[in-house]
Amino acid sequence: MSEIELPPIDEITAPWWEATREHQMLLQHCGRCDAVQHYPRALCTLCGATDQLDWVVASGAGVVDSFTVVHRALPGFEAPYVVARVRLAEGPIVLTNLVGRAPDAWRCDEAVQLSWRDLSDGRALPVFGPTES
Amino acid sequence: MQRDGAGALMSDRRAVIVGASECDLGDTGLSVLHLQTQAVTRALADAGLSLGDVDGLACTSVARFSATQLADYLGIEPVWTDSTFAGGAAFEMFVARAAQAIEAGQAEVVVISFASNQRSARSRSLGNLFEPHTPEAQFEGPYGPLYPLSHYAMAAQRYLHITGAGREHLAEVAVAARQWALLNPAAFRHGAGPLTVDAVLESPLISSPLSAADCCLVTDGGGAIVLTTAERARDLPGAPIHILGYGESTSHTSMATPEDLVTTGAQVSGAIALHKAGLAPAEIDVVQIYDSFTITVLLSLEALGFCARGEAWQFVQNGRIAPGGDFALNTSGGGLSYCHPGQFGVLLLVEAVRQLRGECAERQVSGARTALAHGTGGILSTSATVVLGVDR
Repeated sequence: MSEIELPPIDEITAPWWEATREHQMLLQHCGRCDAVQHYPRALCTLCGATDQLDWVVASGAGVVDSFTVVHRALPGFEAPYVVARVRLAEGPIVLTNLVGRAPDAWRCDEAVQLSWRDLSDGRALPVFGPTES
Repeated sequence: MQRDGAGALMSDRRAVIVGASECDLGDTGLSVLHLQTQAVTRALADAGLSLGDVDGLACTSVARFSATQLADYLGIEPVWTDSTFAGGAAFEMFVARAAQAIEAGQAEVVVISFASNQRSARSRSLGNLFEPHTPEAQFEGPYGPLYPLSHYAMAAQRYLHITGAGREHLAEVAVAARQWALLNPAAFRHGAGPLTVDAVLESPLISSPLSAADCCLVTDGGGAIVLTTAERARDLPGAPIHILGYGESTSHTSMATPEDLVTTGAQVSGAIALHKAGLAPAEIDVVQIYDSFTITVLLSLEALGFCARGEAWQFVQNGRIAPGGDFALNTSGGGLSYCHPGQFGVLLLVEAVRQLRGECAERQVSGARTALAHGTGGILSTSATVVLGVDR
């Protein structure tokens, strides 16, 4: 895949992006109600807390909720590529790419494992690939 | 006139629809404001009203200040406007807001309109729609989803996975839409001949499992409807269309947010609208469902309660939703084969009104007395349902 446009950052998401430099996927955690959420926000969407949000590190395990093989590539992408929703073991669903296998080989509900695609500024994008078994 | 509780005469301010029209459709080469003008003036002429009567205006996608811009162009100074941007569902939402404004006495005559020249202006894009300050620009854009197509594609993939249906079952929706379009002289595909399931399956995949033939058209077009009080409607030439119920739901804008891809906000908006109308799904004679993609129709049919969860793919087989079938759906030919100007919601209402008035010639649903129009916006983000009726 050729170089994509670098994703923007804001003051809420900066720690999340910083951790990607070490290939760690953070998830926002609420110290009041124990909820785990993604994408990072200025509040907990379960209990509304705005001052008790911290971070946990995702295990990297997930399951494909659904996916689509994109045949008409956007600028910066080379078709075909796989866009997917992956349900993390911790609960939240993330949008991602599935990599490491023929695009048409994926199935809903199969287990996948976190992997990384490095960006040109040292950050990295979490993507998912086959589990090692 | 009605009497209030104290026996005093009061006017009947219940809102009704008294006018409906399309603007030019297809590949027009006209500007958006020219098409808007056609939609508004034709709908007013249909109602027997003129621009001088209009004191309320609702529209989208004219400019940053949409209703303001259109009002200026039309040379009117409305006392009520709405430019709520909610994608293709906005127009069903506008019906609710306009009815409330009319019933509250804030406006007398409201026009709801939309127009786009996206085909002739070549302005449609499948990407680069994530605004840089939104979370989607950070957490979704980098993965290259087509917007909105890839979200519907993932919903379709999940739907096929859990129901055991195949792409050929989705295709049935596009095949039926084409059959209706062959009966509608205004349809973009009116002269295109029938579409087969095989042709849908052989059409190039854009974002699997959806092929080009599973996707709505990209055309110019639009339309308008006119609302006023039942009292005022008595002096107008046409039969008023009653607004029996409405409901809406706003659920998400991030592709990762929905817990379940195949349950849509139509379940909420439809239940509210039908409850307000006091009708069951089986009592609706003609149904207009936003068919942005074939999957949108299957998910909406289930969520609105026209069939059981997981069964829409079977429900639409054997020509049930085609002309002559026992479920009159998307009788214009829909976004798939009639017209899709980017936001189809207003044209769902135009067709529903025409069916209730009995104006649909070859595609007329005999004796239609109730209609449901269901709009969907964004990536199944917004859902809005309107139930209409006519006295016969």
